[in-house]
Amino acid sequence: MVDRVDLLFRPVTEQLALLRRREVTPTALAETYLARIAALDPSLHAFLYVDPDAVRAEALRWDARYAAGGDLPPLAGVPIAVKDLICTRGVPTTCGSRILEGWRPPYDATVIARLRRAGAILLGKTNMDEFAMGSSTENSAFGPTHNPWDRERVPGGSSGGSAAAVAGGLAPWALGTDTGGSIRQPAALCGIVGLKPTYGRVSRYGLVAYGSSLDQIGPLTRTVDDAALLLEALAGWDPLDATSADLDRPECRGGLAGGAAGLRIGVVREGMGEGLEAGVGDAIAEAVRLLSDLGAEIEEVTLPTIGYALPTYYLLATAEASSNLARYDGVRHGLRVGAADIIDLFSRTRNRGFGAEVKRRIMLGTYALSAGFYEAYYLNAQRARTLVRQDFDRALGAVDLLLLPTSPTVAFPLGARVDDPLQMYLADIFTIPVNLAGLPGISIPCGFTGGLPVGLQLIGRAFDETTLLRAAAAYEQAAGWWRKVPPS
Amino acid sequence: MAEGPPVVTVTARRTRDGIAAEPVIGLEIHVQLLTASKMFCGCAVAFGAPPNTLICPVCLGLPGALPVTNRRAVALGLRTAVALRCAVAPESRFHRKNYYYPDLPKNYQISQYQYADHPPLGSDGWLEFAALGVPRAVRIRRVHLEEDTGKLLHVEREGAVSHTLIDYNRSGVPLMEVVTQPDLRSPAEAREFLIVLRALLQYLEVSSGRMEEGTMRVDANVSLRRLDGTAGIRTEVKNMNSLRAVERALAFEAARQADLLTAGGTVTQETRHWDERRQVTFASRVKEEAEDYRYFPEPDLIPITVEPAEVERVREALPELPAQKATRYVSALGLSAYDADLIVRRPPLAAFFEEALALYPNAKALANWLTGDIAGLLNAEGKEIDETALRPEGLAALLRLIDDGRISGRIAKDLLPELVRGGADPSALVAARGLEQISDAADLTRLVEDVLAAHPGAVEEFRKGKARAIAFLVGQVMRETRGRANPDLVNRLLRERLGG
Amino acid sequence: MPIDRAAVDHVARLARLSLTEEERALFTEQLRQILDYFARLGELELGAVAPTSHIRAAAAAMREDVVRPSLDREEVLAAAPDAEEGFFKVPPVLESL
Ligand SMILES: [Mg+2]
Ligand SMILES: [Zn+2]
Repeated sequence: MVDRVDLLFRPVTEQLALLRRREVTPTALAETYLARIAALDPSLHAFLYVDPDAVRAEALRWDARYAAGGDLPPLAGVPIAVKDLICTRGVPTTCGSRILEGWRPPYDATVIARLRRAGAILLGKTNMDEFAMGSSTENSAFGPTHNPWDRERVPGGSSGGSAAAVAGGLAPWALGTDTGGSIRQPAALCGIVGLKPTYGRVSRYGLVAYGSSLDQIGPLTRTVDDAALLLEALAGWDPLDATSADLDRPECRGGLAGGAAGLRIGVVREGMGEGLEAGVGDAIAEAVRLLSDLGAEIEEVTLPTIGYALPTYYLLATAEASSNLARYDGVRHGLRVGAADIIDLFSRTRNRGFGAEVKRRIMLGTYALSAGFYEAYYLNAQRARTLVRQDFDRALGAVDLLLLPTSPTVAFPLGARVDDPLQMYLADIFTIPVNLAGLPGISIPCGFTGGLPVGLQLIGRAFDETTLLRAAAAYEQAAGWWRKVPPS
Repeated sequence: MAEGPPVVTVTARRTRDGIAAEPVIGLEIHVQLLTASKMFCGCAVAFGAPPNTLICPVCLGLPGALPVTNRRAVALGLRTAVALRCAVAPESRFHRKNYYYPDLPKNYQISQYQYADHPPLGSDGWLEFAALGVPRAVRIRRVHLEEDTGKLLHVEREGAVSHTLIDYNRSGVPLMEVVTQPDLRSPAEAREFLIVLRALLQYLEVSSGRMEEGTMRVDANVSLRRLDGTAGIRTEVKNMNSLRAVERALAFEAARQADLLTAGGTVTQETRHWDERRQVTFASRVKEEAEDYRYFPEPDLIPITVEPAEVERVREALPELPAQKATRYVSALGLSAYDADLIVRRPPLAAFFEEALALYPNAKALANWLTGDIAGLLNAEGKEIDETALRPEGLAALLRLIDDGRISGRIAKDLLPELVRGGADPSALVAARGLEQISDAADLTRLVEDVLAAHPGAVEEFRKGKARAIAFLVGQVMRETRGRANPDLVNRLLRERLGG
Repeated sequence: MPIDRAAVDHVARLARLSLTEEERALFTEQLRQILDYFARLGELELGAVAPTSHIRAAAAAMREDVVRPSLDREEVLAAAPDAEEGFFKVPPVLESL
């Protein structure tokens, strides 16, 4: 039998091999993580909900299936942590908000249904910035998550709970969601892999909407191969999501061994300039050298409008959010603050149920759409989005992939930015443009500075996750950073 | 649904400065589309289901749910847009109309808003109709698709609303909104237009168009325009639940505005509700804040694209529309324009007429019966002909019995209500009841002689030259035979006896 | 035009948020700061640029008109803050808000 600690940080691809060889049972695997959660989550607070009995019951079911032999679905018996923004039938789904406290959805998100069919076991629901609005997980109504590399620092966000769970060995892998960097930035700050698929690649049905034209679900994993494996399980057209792409699921694992040789990689000049922490810049430069050594053709490219992506994003995402979050009114689900009439009920429920950042963004988005400002803010932001897309199209016409840091800084101390929303928004300056363009992006560990992980971001062409993952895998195998785990 | 010829209720009014003014009316019609499932989810569209049993994450606006457009609803909208001669947008979008109301689960309605560069499904069409026999056309501003809201039930205790209950079964039901230009000039004209529009929607099989059941809902805006061209301030009138209510509410509102202006007052731009019980319009109690719906393109739905070839296909597949049908009835079948219109405006009646015509090829006779006695029976029962037991075969058989001299027209009229209610075979009914016409001269001669003997006064009058007296005598024979005597034969026998 | 207290109050009313006095002051200040920063969008030449509202268009984006099962009412109402006799229940709603 395999040692528990060894098992904790094994890639899922290896765990599956152990399961198939009957060297580990689903129950043993589940117990390993449940024990780790019991030991560490009180200090990390990566999870909002874990039901050990339900996990054990599911694991037992898969024990029997393995014992019986025969065909098993691809992820049979592997636990997975799920961001609490994704609906799970009968299991609390709070979105990190008081306004949904105690709500148990009567349906499963499409990704959850697919994972269940693939044999995965829901390990628990992870902490997050309320309604995915934040970059540090400090905007959770239920308290922040801590970074496994330094408990005094943030794990990034908004999928900070998922990132911390994977980085800390509390889950083998996890689902996150990414509207402006919410998978990639916490992955970078926690030293793991985070993949935001092309917009439309993974169904959004059951993903509680923040910015509907930007949101995507994706994997947070220890390795690129795991990300590819999970993407294959999640991806594919969904008749319940009109924006999901009518494409076959990608066969990206097959291409992973292709190496980086011959790939043209454009280093984005705007990503390497001012505002970048020195240690981050050094790690990225080192990564570029390694990719070059692996045979990639490195060029410098420029994305002139990238500097406008931040206001563009915050106007569009908040405008969509102001409408998406209108449904939390105390009538059909979640919190209700009593009142004598319905207008008061709406306003008081919403004011008590939402946290400060959510209210701020609802206000901003409502303002951007309101009469007299629609053209200047919302419509102009849509036009600027076109320019950002065109920038990416142009750049990706000349190279296969784009490269820049995932985050300009490493994990910052808890509390450092909570009073300065604009400063917090700048944490996503390199990830946001990718959502505006709807492209796939990945963050992979590329070294450390001051004992904290740095993330390298690669961006691919729409629906070409295969090339993206191939380059990422080549770098990962050559660099080996993925083997580093946080000190216990 | 009494629908006799239109009644003029308001014409030009005079304001105090002596300048006549005429009502300017535009209509906004919401029509429920004939689909099996809702606009953006698979819940059934059904009337009268127990509350909150036709709901799912999508139409309940649950967190995470996403809309997916019903293809048939789009097809029905497209069919209507084409039939109304609208320009069909090659690409039209859904938008979110943001406002808070508890019958709206997402607190936004998915609808189609008109920006300069975002046309609705159809725009700039027109519909022809006849108002008081005068051909008219109303321009159609737009045809667009949207979703319905849920239903609120206000529970009263001790004279005040104590709480409100919500049923979301109707939430997400597919609606089509048809908006006219303010081209209508009287309440009667508005009513006539609605009758023709409803018929059109029924021929297109787009909607059942029943105002009483809420599958067709009409809002109107009304202003008075002076004949010197000065536009008036308009009010919006809501809550009219029948054609009659539309006509009366508009008449009331036009008169109210005229009275205001005559008294030197001004009209306030506001929404007013029709009170069916009191027969008045009244302004909402709550002060209206200027609405700011913050429309923006629905990010969850891809724009609807319609190829020009598809528009052509739809146009070619259109059924015969009311105006075409009426023209054909007049020119090919020889009906009067008035009868043709009466039939055409009721699609079930037209369908019945055409089926009966295949069995009984006398269009005029059929039209007479359908627009006369049968229409009277339908109106009395508040039904359409397809909701009764009368079948085209039955009517054809009945008329043939008359033609064959087996029953009199009078007996036929007497039998109609039974056919409408019970649908029996007329021949069987006639045989069973012994209603067959008496055409036996010997039998009738005896009766005629009895009648002559019994009414010497009438005989005397006839002989003095009062021709009318013979009608009385015929009537007496008919009475004796309970209408079964062949009236022509009775007439002849009487004249023979009287030597006339 | 910088956002002021009155605009914040108007927006809060549109968004159905009964902000506290402190929040009103804080948001006025923060939204002003944020919008100041966003003003840089004005540097772009946007007049002739088509807006992007959807990142991509898909072909099979509609569903057939087929009825699917609805949710179990009791399960749905159990999640509601208040319900009665199969209905969701709220305080009195006037005909027009
Ligand atoms: Mg409407
Ligand atoms: Zn539904």
